Amino acid sequence: MSNTASTLFDKVWDAHVVRQIEDGPDVFFIDRHFIHEVTSPVAFLGLQARGIGVMFPEHTFATADHNTPTINQHLPVADPLSANQLLALEQNSAKYGISHWGLGNPKNGIVHVVGPENGITQPGMTIVCGDSHTSTHGAFGAIAFGIGTSEVEMVLSSQCIMQPKPKKMRINVNGVLGKAVTPKDVTLYIIAQLTTAGATGYFVEYAGDVFENMSMEGRMTVCNMSIEMGARGGMIAPDETTFNYIKGREKAPKGADWDTALAYWKTLKTDATASFDKEYNFNAADIEPMITYGTNPGMGMGISHLIPKAAELAGGVSTYEKSLKYMGFEEDEPMIGKKVDYVFIGSCTNGRIEDFRAFASIVKGRKKADHVTAWIVPGSHIVEAQIKEEGIFDILTEAGFQLRQPGCSACLAMNDDKIPAGKYAVSTSNRNFEGRQGPGSRTLLASPLMAAAAAVTGVVTDPRDLL
Amino acid sequence: MAYDKFTVLTSTAVPLPIENVDTDQIIPARFLKATERKNFGDNLFRDWRYNNDDSPKQDFVLNNSIYTGKILVGGRNFGSGSSREHAAWAIYDYGFRCVVSSFFADIFKGNSINIGILPVQVSEAFLEEIFRAIEADPATELTIDLAAQTITLNANGSQESFDINGYKKNNLINGFDDIDYLQAMKENIQSFAASKPIK
Repeated sequence: MSNTASTLFDKVWDAHVVRQIEDGPDVFFIDRHFIHEVTSPVAFLGLQARGIGVMFPEHTFATADHNTPTINQHLPVADPLSANQLLALEQNSAKYGISHWGLGNPKNGIVHVVGPENGITQPGMTIVCGDSHTSTHGAFGAIAFGIGTSEVEMVLSSQCIMQPKPKKMRINVNGVLGKAVTPKDVTLYIIAQLTTAGATGYFVEYAGDVFENMSMEGRMTVCNMSIEMGARGGMIAPDETTFNYIKGREKAPKGADWDTALAYWKTLKTDATASFDKEYNFNAADIEPMITYGTNPGMGMGISHLIPKAAELAGGVSTYEKSLKYMGFEEDEPMIGKKVDYVFIGSCTNGRIEDFRAFASIVKGRKKADHVTAWIVPGSHIVEAQIKEEGIFDILTEAGFQLRQPGCSACLAMNDDKIPAGKYAVSTSNRNFEGRQGPGSRTLLASPLMAAAAAVTGVVTDPRDLL
Repeated sequence: MAYDKFTVLTSTAVPLPIENVDTDQIIPARFLKATERKNFGDNLFRDWRYNNDDSPKQDFVLNNSIYTGKILVGGRNFGSGSSREHAAWAIYDYGFRCVVSSFFADIFKGNSINIGILPVQVSEAFLEEIFRAIEADPATELTIDLAAQTITLNANGSQESFDINGYKKNNLINGFDDIDYLQAMKENIQSFAASKPIK
């Protein structure tokens, strides 16, 4: 028994080290592996070329999401390249005995929505996927992060990857969140404070009463965005909220296994005297509804603020000016009132039921602005069914919105859901990079409430004015 | 996939003095639809490099024939964003073997080393010096010596050392990869998996 105080992150990491290599990475064991159609085919080709197999196929789960259409999913996929990728996922999964939730399967949806939804994601696990937003699963007290395709091949063939242990950061947010301040605003605020590279090299633990009082959906939104400040991942200690969410889900432990797991999960918290390499403290009362104005997620501000002046920056003035020019914005001007062409609600960041409830809370009794094109994309079929059961679908329809089918959609615009060049989109997704939502597209990242406010007014609007 | 061993590289370099170059710029998502690793170099920096009608943008550095070489020099926080290894493939397939910056995003850095690209992190001041030297003379050569862990501006001998762990350095010098290593220890992994209290 060690007498050294350790963090939640240490406890989970250290329990998964198969071997420590001197002056090298740890051989790190992976409990759950998610794959999708875009980052897995070359890994399977690698297995084939080496003549090796999949070591634990029961620990890998395949779902199609990145490159799927969000309308007419019952028809054959029109783009031959996309269809080929989906077919490769299906065939590779069948060949190696991997569970596959393809297009049309009732369990299908965005990988970081369906994993938790079906009880695959559990506290204390190590979880990877060839997708940087795998950090989402950290909401359950798991160590979860994105990997490259070479590493996908490693996990398939040996259930391990080679990872140096990151440094540790804790971000504490305490106090009471204001009106219309959602988990998305909390994370956009933190990223704006730390910058887009402020947590690179670290793994983050989120702590404080703001996260303790947050739903699992909210915690997933926060952990999801950890990568946007450069962190490999973020995690939150599991508690009753976590356990209640997991209990009874399809892949959750049952009976005596549940009791064993629960006893272990309850040990997963940072010891009082444990230390971090870096620690930040923020006050909930300082956080406003947030919106981004630039081309990385760190370029965000409170909705009542003005776009920062280049002269006030510590450095990087030419990059900043290039960014504002791309967006068509000037420094020192407000975001409120700017015309919005598109609204996108969905993605692994904000594609869960709570997000659509929030969206509907503003839309109810109002109409979609005529000039706005809105894409309402549930994160999974299960979310889609909830939207219908809870009457959200009727509210949306009444207001002139259409519900699309699940997938990553306009978050990365691999499918046909592309924002046209020069157009502005208020988007609940995670990245506002140049061209992210389509060549030349201009993205304003925000919460589902802010997205709804823009969708009904047609301009950037403080959601507090509509609640 | 096998890659060329990395020992000593002396080459001219292509300057990209922009910060936060993200993986969506390195290769946009719409070019990730292949099921084989082929021709990703064609779409490296696609939207900075080509107009909508596929004509080259004359002001982009890859379209300026005075800049050539196997070294790409980028601004701070290079490779942020997505975990797509396609970004590293695009850089490698285009012909670069080394990326120099004052700071790298984690996943990009790991992906690069895994496929045989050496990421070299230098100080902000040295990065500026490299940019200035290339601007003054596009024929400026850099030498990167992996065994010695040094990067040198050949014209004036200005030099810095860079970090890389011993295991990964050995891999790059010998063309080894992690999968070979992991395959060789599968018995240990099997018994580790069997000993876990919760599977």
